[in-house]
Amino acid sequence: MAKSHIELTINGRKVEALVEPRTLLIHFLREQQNLTGAHIGCDTGHCGACTVEMDDMSVKSCMTFAVQANGANITTIEGMANPDGTLSALQEGFRMMHGLQCGFCTPGMILRAHRLLQENPAPTEDEIRNGIAGNLCRCTGYVNIVKAIQYAAAKINGTPFQEAAE
Amino acid sequence: MIPGTFDYHRPASVEDAVALLARLGEEANILAGGHSLIPLMKTRLASPEHLVDLSGIGNLKGISVTGNDVVIGAMTTQFELISSEELGRHLPIIAETSRLIADPQIRYKGTFGGNVANGDPGNDMPALMMCLGATYAVTGPDGSRDIAARDFYQGAYFTALVHGEILTAVRIPIPSPDHGYAYEKLKRKVGDYATAAAAVVITMAGGKCTSASIGLTNVSETPLWASDAAALLVGTSLDKVSVDAAVAAAEAITQPASDMRGPAEYRTKMAGVMVRRALERAQSRAKG
Ligand SMILES: Cc1cc2nc3c(=O)[nH]c(=O)nc-3n(C[C@H](O)[C@H](O)[C@H](O)COP(=O)(O)OP(=O)(O)OC[C@H]3O[C@@H](n4cnc5c(N)ncnc54)[C@H](O)[C@@H]3O)c2cc1C
Ligand code: FES
Ligand code: FES
Repeated sequence: MAKSHIELTINGRKVEALVEPRTLLIHFLREQQNLTGAHIGCDTGHCGACTVEMDDMSVKSCMTFAVQANGANITTIEGMANPDGTLSALQEGFRMMHGLQCGFCTPGMILRAHRLLQENPAPTEDEIRNGIAGNLCRCTGYVNIVKAIQYAAAKINGTPFQEAAE
Repeated sequence: MIPGTFDYHRPASVEDAVALLARLGEEANILAGGHSLIPLMKTRLASPEHLVDLSGIGNLKGISVTGNDVVIGAMTTQFELISSEELGRHLPIIAETSRLIADPQIRYKGTFGGNVANGDPGNDMPALMMCLGATYAVTGPDGSRDIAARDFYQGAYFTALVHGEILTAVRIPIPSPDHGYAYEKLKRKVGDYATAAAAVVITMAGGKCTSASIGLTNVSETPLWASDAAALLVGTSLDKVSVDAAVAAAEAITQPASDMRGPAEYRTKMAGVMVRRALERAQSRAKG
């Protein structure tokens, strides 16, 4: 079986590689690119731990072949900090609001929340919960994840942050 | 879970894709969003030797209105179905159904064509397409033909498509602007296929039902068009006796499997409950 040549942009960096067509994007990122931030949780498309940004979509990289990402622009958690190395609004939100415990789901949560806020800069709590419906967290109970995303939205929009009632 | 090996092809036109599929033969499969096929390949329930990816074919995407029909390209994603204002104006039930499919990530990649062509009775779009009287346009080595959604589904993963044919677009007649509609789906959690689901479209005039169509998801080997149930509603005021009769007729054609979503009897009853709820909501939305 012939290998495929792919060219893509990952976290702003141009990458060329030869991949077996059956290589999943998550394995390409973790094993060939040493970007181990995106996690493999379920390997069946349910948990969202493997979520990365691909051309203005959040996708489950365990359900995508690397060849399908040929020509794409990919962002992983390793590319989410501000250019000066400080935490982005979402990362800061997760830190300030205690939006993680073990942290396994966090890279996927942050990448998904990133796309959600691009499409809907001021989401309601309901919209946040629907927006992250494809990301499972076994630790937090989601309350602080919702707050973290609200914190980030407020910071990006320059509006006061109001914690949702519990 | 790693899929078996295969060769990857990404043609730039429908003609090239059809020629490739003809040349590669039975061991070649079509790849759209991959969100039904890749799970099968990871568990080795499918091990195609070639995948022909349709994502490089630009004209398979998009939503347009031609005459009295909405035409949706096969590679239009479920996310695009939800975001389209034009579709929302003419056929809001499509976005309502799409929102109940899987989760946001999967809806970015999962395509409309893949959902209707897949042939899994758990997919949500097929019963809706039967309910709406849609027509599938397919192209193969012998040219193009149309297949009615109501004639398309023949068994689990068994459809009227023959190997080498590509579903290019779906044509859906635009219902009257006064129509009422609802898609009701019972599922255990986000990202689950239906325990049972029902699509309903009705029109009303002077308090009487003037037309009705009902589709059922995941309660048989194929999606179902419950035409007898719908016929029992036409001419009635959707009073309790008529609705009870229609619900019973819909339940009568189901043949669900007993599985982790529940025993067959339960799923049949849930199909009835989905029909009843969908009818109530459709009636509240119908004008006239
Ligand atoms: C976790 C999870 C949950 C899901 N939940 C739901 C759900 O609740 N409801 C639901 O309906 N779906 C659900 N899905 C399936 C999802 O909607 C799929 O994306 C969709 O059914 C198939 O579309 P695809 O573009 O991914 O097709 P693919 O997986 O690429 O293809 C599916 C099949 O159709 C064939 N095919 C694809 N396009 C064409 C074409 N144009 N012409 C001819 N043949 C074609 C392929 O050869 C393949 O056999 C779920 C998927 C996952 C991973
Ligand atoms: S690892 Fe991809 S969705 Fe769980
Ligand atoms: S913080 Fe542990 S899974 Fe979410």
